[in-house]
Amino acid sequence: MLIFIGKRLIYMLLTMFAISLILFLVMEINGEAVARRVLGPFTSAEQIQAWLQANGYLRPWYVRYVEWLGNVLSGDFGQSVRFRTPVADVLWPRLGNTAILAGATFAIMVPLALTLGVLAGMREGSRTDRSITVASVISTSIPEFASAVLLTVIFSTWLGWLPGTSAMSDGWNPVELVLPVMVLVLYGFGYIARMTRASMAEVMQQLYIRTAVLKGLPYREVILRHALRNAMIAPFTVIMLQINWLLSGVIVVEVAFAYKGFGSLILEAALNQDVYLLEAATLVAVLVAVSTQMLADIGYTLLNPRIRFK
Amino acid sequence: MVQDVGAKAVTPPERRRSLLRTLFGGIGLLRESTIGMVGFGLILFWVLVALFAPLIAPVSPTATLQPFAPPGTVTASGETLWLGADQLGRDVLSRVIYGSRTVLFYAPVATFCAYFIGCIFGLLAGYLGGWVDDLLNRIADIILAFPVLVLYVVIIVLIGPSGLNIILAVTFASAPGIMRIVRGLTLDLRNRDYIAAAQTSGASLPWILFAELLPNARGPLIVDACLRMGYVIITIGVLGFLGLGLPPPTPDWGSMVAESRAMITFAPWMAVVPAIAISSLVLGFNLLADGLREISLRD
Repeated sequence: MLIFIGKRLIYMLLTMFAISLILFLVMEINGEAVARRVLGPFTSAEQIQAWLQANGYLRPWYVRYVEWLGNVLSGDFGQSVRFRTPVADVLWPRLGNTAILAGATFAIMVPLALTLGVLAGMREGSRTDRSITVASVISTSIPEFASAVLLTVIFSTWLGWLPGTSAMSDGWNPVELVLPVMVLVLYGFGYIARMTRASMAEVMQQLYIRTAVLKGLPYREVILRHALRNAMIAPFTVIMLQINWLLSGVIVVEVAFAYKGFGSLILEAALNQDVYLLEAATLVAVLVAVSTQMLADIGYTLLNPRIRFK
Repeated sequence: MVQDVGAKAVTPPERRRSLLRTLFGGIGLLRESTIGMVGFGLILFWVLVALFAPLIAPVSPTATLQPFAPPGTVTASGETLWLGADQLGRDVLSRVIYGSRTVLFYAPVATFCAYFIGCIFGLLAGYLGGWVDDLLNRIADIILAFPVLVLYVVIIVLIGPSGLNIILAVTFASAPGIMRIVRGLTLDLRNRDYIAAAQTSGASLPWILFAELLPNARGPLIVDACLRMGYVIITIGVLGFLGLGLPPPTPDWGSMVAESRAMITFAPWMAVVPAIAISSLVLGFNLLADGLREISLRD
């Protein structure tokens, strides 16, 4: 088991290393392009040369890469062009805001999706199953930006119950989180629910469930004690992988509701050609994605006794 | 061998007829699944709208008539703006109709390109195995490690927003996932007798990959292609929404929603109509995929 975890860890580190190298090469191999992005489009050739000299961009790329990697590992991502502060000063608070948004989303989405999935998969083909399946297809078909618009029109413009933006301009206000969380839950729960349903339906056909039913256990007991535990293994992986998806989802939702989080920061960095900020944000996003993927792999092995005891 | 001769004897028009028959046969099969039919109907609706856009659209999608006219307004020149007008006075209905052309051109082309690349690499990885498989898998791992929208944002920033670049970005980001699926299916098929037969008869590598393996893997791939089409439509919409899509004059559902977001309090129709349009098209593909899967599981 420890060997397995060690292997996964090493593989993850290698992936991160490869990605950091590729990212560095695409973004910074051409020093003049970096200079132009940092100094702006109307810079003279002499100014660019001076900047390249001053920032060490005239050295070969591998020397620069090693130095850059060292800085990144010690948490120094350089200076943000747009915010005129060190990248770390903008990055971490924004990431914290997104963690709140994502945490709230997960706290609602996971129990909801699991319950619906179990209810649907318990009796395959029943009316409950069909309506839950159709509902989850519809909700996953509505892109986040579309549901953001539709929900804003309903709850903000017509009913006036909720604020239409989440910029938190008058201090922290949890009510402003409701619409973004609703949009993310709506788009995301369908997938988990369907996976749970499939897993549950499969478990319900197993012989040990039939045995449990035939030996006269109440249906409730059969579901809660025999089926659920085995049906939860596959959804666990899916839920962990949803974190990767959520990192995409928050970009759209944060932009749609003007929420000051990590997602809108990535877009801002991209649109403003803020090289260092974009590099840092991308690396953090990939790190989160890769490590949740690794946790999903390890968790799956730990949860599944058929693999654990092999 | 007998079959081979028979296939050669078929004259082209007859073969075309049989192709048509299989196509309609497929739709006939679909009739068994209600949700599949609903999905097919939704897609057909938008395809027809896109094909006949100039005939259906009441006015030009770029004509400026009456800014912020609410739905049902009759302009001074006598046109009825059934779904209202946007901030420049352009007819929302006509723009949504023409927007279907944009999305129904870029999404299938991008999906096709992604499938083309994904199938080639997936077949190679699954059939050849060994270092080819290892190398392709490592590359796929690296691309798939990115949260998908982050990858799109980085690519589009590097190569710039344009129609061609959207196709490139979608191909780059989706091909690894397709490769994985094709690879899995190929691993399943490569030890079948007909592959061994093709190998002994001296068939070339491309023949084995594209004439023997790929046709036999088509079932799950068709379902996946439908789901992926829906996802690509969402992606194109999202890129438009984030301002990384097609340049402004093109009517595009995603950017229509983005432009009108600030005016949502007093002109909600501007954003709601394209939002519903894109959702219904994606729903069509997702329902069709569900229907097809249901039918394939039944046999």
